[in-house]
Amino acid sequence: MLQGISAWLEDRTGLPSAVSKFLNEDIPASAGWHQVFGSVAMFAFLIQAATGFLLSLNYGATPAEAHASIRYIMTELTGGAMIRGLHHWGSSCMIVVVALHMIQVFLWGAYKKPREATWIVGCFLLLLTMAFGLTGYLLPWDNKAYWGTTVTTQIAGLAPVLGQYIKQLLGAERDVIGNTTFSRFYAAHVMLLPALTALLIGVHLYLVRRHGVTPTPADAEKPKKRFYPGQVFKDTLAAFAYTMVLVLFANFATLGLGSMADPTDTRYIPRPEWYFLFLFEMLKLFQGPLEVVGALILPNLAIVALILVPFLDRGRAIAVRKRTVAIAVVILSAIGWAGLTESAIATTPPSMEDPLAGLRPPQPWLHLPADQMAAIGYFQKDNCGRCHVLGRSVAGPDLSIAPSEKPAEWLLAHFARPEMIADSESPSTSTLNGAQQRNLATLVTKRNEDGLNTWANPPAKEIAGAMLYQARGCFACHTLNGVGAKNAPILNGLAARRTFDWVEKHFGDPPKFSPNSRMPAYKFTQEELDQITTYLMGIPK
Amino acid sequence: MCEHANNPPPTRRTFYGLIIQAIGAAIAAVIAVPAGMYLLMKPKSAAGEDLVEIANLSELAEGAPREIVYYRTRVDGWKRTREKATTWVVKTGQSNAIAFSPNCPHLGCIYHWEDDGEKFACPCHASAFSKEGKVVGGPAPRPLDRFASRVEGGKLLVSSQVLRG
Repeated sequence: MLQGISAWLEDRTGLPSAVSKFLNEDIPASAGWHQVFGSVAMFAFLIQAATGFLLSLNYGATPAEAHASIRYIMTELTGGAMIRGLHHWGSSCMIVVVALHMIQVFLWGAYKKPREATWIVGCFLLLLTMAFGLTGYLLPWDNKAYWGTTVTTQIAGLAPVLGQYIKQLLGAERDVIGNTTFSRFYAAHVMLLPALTALLIGVHLYLVRRHGVTPTPADAEKPKKRFYPGQVFKDTLAAFAYTMVLVLFANFATLGLGSMADPTDTRYIPRPEWYFLFLFEMLKLFQGPLEVVGALILPNLAIVALILVPFLDRGRAIAVRKRTVAIAVVILSAIGWAGLTESAIATTPPSMEDPLAGLRPPQPWLHLPADQMAAIGYFQKDNCGRCHVLGRSVAGPDLSIAPSEKPAEWLLAHFARPEMIADSESPSTSTLNGAQQRNLATLVTKRNEDGLNTWANPPAKEIAGAMLYQARGCFACHTLNGVGAKNAPILNGLAARRTFDWVEKHFGDPPKFSPNSRMPAYKFTQEELDQITTYLMGIPK
Repeated sequence: MCEHANNPPPTRRTFYGLIIQAIGAAIAAVIAVPAGMYLLMKPKSAAGEDLVEIANLSELAEGAPREIVYYRTRVDGWKRTREKATTWVVKTGQSNAIAFSPNCPHLGCIYHWEDDGEKFACPCHASAFSKEGKVVGGPAPRPLDRFASRVEGGKLLVSSQVLRG
């Protein structure tokens, strides 16, 4: 049966004999472990393709959806963090393997005649690998992604003559990245680059087979061996080792998700992925009109030099140990690369951002004006939820479906004596004062989506803080989330300017802490101090 | 064969082949196991009960199907969305009612009630259902699907969970 199928396949496609020819290819006696990197690089590409495809099944590819969908993959889906981990760390590991492959080929001089074309195609594959890293960096749409890509597009814009056109192609002609840049990076990452890479890998493999694995001078006298099984075994084992390294990274290295991209976050310190840090550092060495030298001219010259290597070194093939110039070039490049990278790391101030910030559920209350936040507390305090169950209508209308359309007078009368209007079974009276009732009326008539999401599941301490904020009339001088007077500092982003302790103590004696302050002293209990300080320290910029 | 002096004998070759296949299978499993869990297991925060009040039973006529359009909140992947939904409600008693899912159990087309023929009729492949949801004609493989529902204080509460007919 199996033999029948095999014979049919052989007759109609020739596949079995092609596979056999491929596996039984002659390779030089010297072939061995140092040649596994090419196979592993291809394997790494396949892992990226598989994990990338899996990610795309649960990924919303627009700036509005991307961040939330990645949080969903990471926190809601079993194995999601693992798949993203494999893909994320896989991109770094693939760069390492491609670099090792290139260094091996360079050291052994395997680019020499007649293998120049193989080398050149390999150079383009290296560039494609880096392009994958660059485009994929944007896709989580967190602060790191946003600012990293902003810098990248600006660098591209430095190109003489072409700069403006390149920026236009990247959708960043107005120096701002958004929907168009995102879509183009995504399209490149999942359509253009994979297709090009697959094509070039095919050409690269064809050329490797056409010219055979590069022999060393000593191979001339030795009998050849076959690709299968010895070398295939080494390649497979190396691929397995690669997979294990990836799994270790995916399981044990912290892979976070920053806060969603925020173009106004002035505290964020953008840094590229580690393998681009040397370019980032080199930029600093060239300033003013010379900037373009470090940003574009030198990197492009390096690429051209890399492509021209087979034409610059045309000497006869000699043993690796005698290729002192090649060894020196590799060592010097490694030192230069490591030095620039190390210097980039050393000069990077520690990040203020929590790398896991984006993995926590969104907290819409952070953006709610204090009066609405406090009104959620009034709603609870007056036990309105006894009749108004959020999410479903029971005795009273479900206020989470649509804002109330009742006039203010009706609402205020209803708050004061709920049973007068609704046919409530147990008469009740409001514990709220006039201002609080007006805030509650605002909440039920005007509250936005943020308010709605918060309402159902509010953080208790912060709500108590907001109620204190309203009760003590802080809004008479301060602005918070766009509401309030501007006689005193805006309270958004307080945590970036003051410590928790400072704010807490400041209430008792403001002039002691800020000499020109006109703020009167406020007496709070210890619990109240904790509530209002926690609330204020949480409000973002 | 003789010019390949370094080639392992067939037994060693077979052994290598087995090891290569075993390692290959291990690699495939390392990717396939998380991939399978990722694709097949439900999201971790299971959706809670999402009952929405859609009608006052006292306002419905017994035995007369009525279409009710309402809003519900549904977990849609990484988002909670508020969406318009519709259901055919048939009051079956003083405190009982059925809320049918609006899609035909054949291939998901949206059906409607025909007063003339006293039946739910699907415009796609002419399936027909009685007001109890039973198949009375066409290719439908099972009775109409229903939404999980319950009556509380004379009000009909409907969930987005579909019970197969």
